[in-house]
Amino acid sequence: MKFLCVECDQQMTFEERQLPGDGTLAAAFRCPRCGRAVALLTNPMETQLVASLGVKIGGTTLPAQPLETVRGMVATGRDDAFADGVRGRGSGVRWSADAEDRLARVPGFVRGMVKRIYADYANDRGIAEITPAMMDRARSELGLEGM
Amino acid sequence: MPLNIRTYHDLTEPDRSGLPDQIGAQRRRVAERLATVGRVVAVMSGKGGVGKSFVTAHLARALARAGRAVGVLDADLNGPTAARLLEAPAARLAVREDGVLPALGVEGVKFISMDQLLEDGRPLAFRGPEQESFVWRGAMEAAALREFLGDVVWGTLDLLLIDLPPGMQRFAELADLLGAAPAVLTVTIPTPESRDAVRRAMHAARDRGSELLGVVENMVGGAFRGSAADDLAREFAIPVLGRVPFHPNDAAWQGIVDSALRTPHSAP
Ligand SMILES: Nc1ncnc2c1ncn2[C@@H]1O[C@H](COP(=O)(O)OP(=O)(O)OP(=O)(O)O)[C@@H](O)[C@H]1O
Ligand SMILES: [Mg+2]
Repeated sequence: MKFLCVECDQQMTFEERQLPGDGTLAAAFRCPRCGRAVALLTNPMETQLVASLGVKIGGTTLPAQPLETVRGMVATGRDDAFADGVRGRGSGVRWSADAEDRLARVPGFVRGMVKRIYADYANDRGIAEITPAMMDRARSELGLEGM
Repeated sequence: MPLNIRTYHDLTEPDRSGLPDQIGAQRRRVAERLATVGRVVAVMSGKGGVGKSFVTAHLARALARAGRAVGVLDADLNGPTAARLLEAPAARLAVREDGVLPALGVEGVKFISMDQLLEDGRPLAFRGPEQESFVWRGAMEAAALREFLGDVVWGTLDLLLIDLPPGMQRFAELADLLGAAPAVLTVTIPTPESRDAVRRAMHAARDRGSELLGVVENMVGGAFRGSAADDLAREFAIPVLGRVPFHPNDAAWQGIVDSALRTPHSAP
């Protein structure tokens, strides 16, 4: 999938990604010459298809977690299937009470992984405390549909 | 006047979508992960219920008893059986920075299976829209297979057996992910119906580039009549690696493993 600015005969470059939370996805591309932006909007089925490829339009700044697609996408996983023992580099980051609450609502099957992703995200950006707002930002930025 | 639009392949500037890089990284991850595995062998048959999973698990166990380091990847995501056959009660899978440690079955056989991951009795279901799930479900399953191959820390193995579901779809995905079609061990029961179904699968595998290691004939000495294994062995010029009776004991498996290890091409 590529975008061409026909007027400029110039390939457009990825600019940003948004996940509104309803299963759809928006990816914006901009023409580096004339500055015009276009957005690719995918419906839930198309979003799912992209997700199944294990790729994120616009790339990702964190390396993929082990079994990331399985853990993120399987709906019938056992709550205690994984032991997320060893803590990553984000283990020193603080969680606000609201953020803890939100994490507790994530199914056990994927919770350990979600926790590590947000903690690594915060750590890499020097964020001391994880809040729901930061989680929303990270979700869009990292392309974590539904986490 | 029509617009002048360059074609997909004409556009070669980097677009920062990162998609080709990510796909390339996935393939590298699989290749690097399997670098410590001596041999990958897919167990298949064109037919359901002939004992692929049974044979896979018991061969793995017999090889482990004979001192080989063996892993089983249960690629039957919708009908996983490895945990039960390897007598491993649902254990938690340890997640490390570099991947997931495989579960440990009886006799030290390492394995990964949806068996370990799914809630008891629940089918494999994915989050996502109900509508058009037929479009993306196959891709989701292929993704799960990719992660089983790329994200499990097998360590050093002599042999990784991949238990395939009936049909050829998963085999095709496997060949894609590995970058080459894997060597194949086929399982049949003695009947002509099984032979014909297995023959089609073997042709498909060979056409895709697989080395055919041999045939195991399962459920012999009972009600099933026929000479499927001998017919297939002759037709494809490959050995019959073993004949498995109903309810075989350890000695029977040992015999099969010993003769398979003596067969030059199939030795793990
Ligand atoms: N030699 C045998 N003796 C006794 N029981 C057997 C034997 N081989 C297979 N079985 C039993 O037959 C059933 C079918 O075997 P199995 O599940 O291994 O087949 P399969 O080819 O893997 O099936 P599927 O196509 O569904 O994956 C199982 O209950 C298994 O325990
Ligand atoms: Mg099976």
